[in-house]
Amino acid sequence: MTATEAEGGTPTWTSRTRDRVSRTVPPGQWLPDRQPAYVSSWIYVFGVVSLASLVVVIATGVVLAMGGVNWWHVSSVGHFVNSLHLWSVELFFAFMVIHLWGKFWMAAWRGNRQLTWMTGVLAFVGSIGTAFTGYLSQSNFDSQWIAGQAKDGLNAVGVGAYFNVLNPGQMLLWHVALLPLVLGAIVVIHVVLVRRHGVVPPIDAEEGDAQ
Amino acid sequence: MTAETAPRRRARRVTPDSHSFPTRRYDLVKEFVVALVVVVLLTVVLAAAFSSPDEKAISLSTWAAQAPNDVIATATGQLAGTTTSAGYGPPYNTAATGQMLGPLPLQKWGGVRIPVDSAQDLVLTPLSRVTGNDALTAALSQWNAASSDQQTQWATAYGTALSNAPDGDPKQVASGDYGPVPAISAAFLTLAGTGGLEGSLTSADTFFGADQTRPLLLISDGSYLEDQARARNLGGDQWGMMNETGNYPGQPWMWLYTFWYQIEPFKSSDNADALVWGLMMLLTAGLLLLPFIPGLRSIPRWIPVHRLVWRDWYRDHPRRR
Repeated sequence: MTATEAEGGTPTWTSRTRDRVSRTVPPGQWLPDRQPAYVSSWIYVFGVVSLASLVVVIATGVVLAMGGVNWWHVSSVGHFVNSLHLWSVELFFAFMVIHLWGKFWMAAWRGNRQLTWMTGVLAFVGSIGTAFTGYLSQSNFDSQWIAGQAKDGLNAVGVGAYFNVLNPGQMLLWHVALLPLVLGAIVVIHVVLVRRHGVVPPIDAEEGDAQ
Repeated sequence: MTAETAPRRRARRVTPDSHSFPTRRYDLVKEFVVALVVVVLLTVVLAAAFSSPDEKAISLSTWAAQAPNDVIATATGQLAGTTTSAGYGPPYNTAATGQMLGPLPLQKWGGVRIPVDSAQDLVLTPLSRVTGNDALTAALSQWNAASSDQQTQWATAYGTALSNAPDGDPKQVASGDYGPVPAISAAFLTLAGTGGLEGSLTSADTFFGADQTRPLLLISDGSYLEDQARARNLGGDQWGMMNETGNYPGQPWMWLYTFWYQIEPFKSSDNADALVWGLMMLLTAGLLLLPFIPGLRSIPRWIPVHRLVWRDWYRDHPRRR
């Protein structure tokens, strides 16, 4: 029985939304202060640390964006912020790859968690695309060369006709607006699915092990 | 149900609900905050210690100053229609079909959505905006009055003569019938050297020139940009797509994409880009759909790395070892 039905009132859009959210992740599962006893390994840290890295990537990117396209070329402060952005991205990918491998060896898609795995893979692929547009938006020799090289791959499959890597204006907007929004949404769905299904039990654990 | 299928179904593994296991205290918020502090500190230390690369882009005036013969050869190649961009195909022109992914002409299907006429857009139109140069005006008039075949004949002959001259030096080109091409290419070098060519290519039709498609195609048609990149180990056969200038990690997450360009049959294929993209899309789909692929999804059971992850649990549940 939903909360709305229990109250005996006519369902409203608001109450239906609330009920839907409650069914997706029941109260107590959003931020539980207890985890299954088998959640005891350093590998679990890499999911959270990937998320923390993403926060730093976005924060340093926002500061860079506020300075404008050329700021980091002419300001030592801007250059340092760019360095923060670069290294937070490197850390983000390093942690995310370890997280991905960890979940692979745990076969973490078991127990109806296929969508959790798939959103994680989409987040990884989306991150590669987002980082790539960042390299194209640097307005320096690297972006000049990478754009010239990358165009051939994208043009070869017809994508370059719509996604023009030789147009830094288009690439910058993809990098700071469109891709982060898409990636952010995928990550939110991924985290919601993790909280909904809980942490996958050990391989070969059976119902009798759960008490 | 047959007697043979019943035991098989019973043997099917079912993953229990994680919420029904015994629990232990776990502070998620504290874990996140500690992770955030550690990442911030690591980022600051790495940024302070190693900074980040920022080598200036090569301007067209730098190109003209450092490699004038390359600029002359590139301008001549645009007029002759022999440069990469002139014969590229979609999305810039119809000079070629483009690459194929097996029987699929994906490049052609993308369409000519960013039209570029290399001779006209990259050389002749910028020069036509130059005023006060009577020799150039006369050369452009002679070019425009000539037939297409004559134009190609002049430009091809001059391009061949340049490639036979020592260092491609236009001053040492053998005499011949090149029409106005030497004068046009020399004026193009002068325009590039003044720094006025970028603006003519990007913002001649609009005050805000945010699209660098034309200058990037132009400079990529020359050899100077690639020479500079190869000197920095950024060539396509040097794992260039994932590297960046200096001793920086670049994009190591693109190693697999870059890897295919280093080996046959991709390395020497005319359709290398399409083939590598097709393969990477296939592999990405495989990774995405891994939970549904028999065999691949069982690898974690066969190679028991999970025994390390859950070693405490397996120690306490020896019957699962």
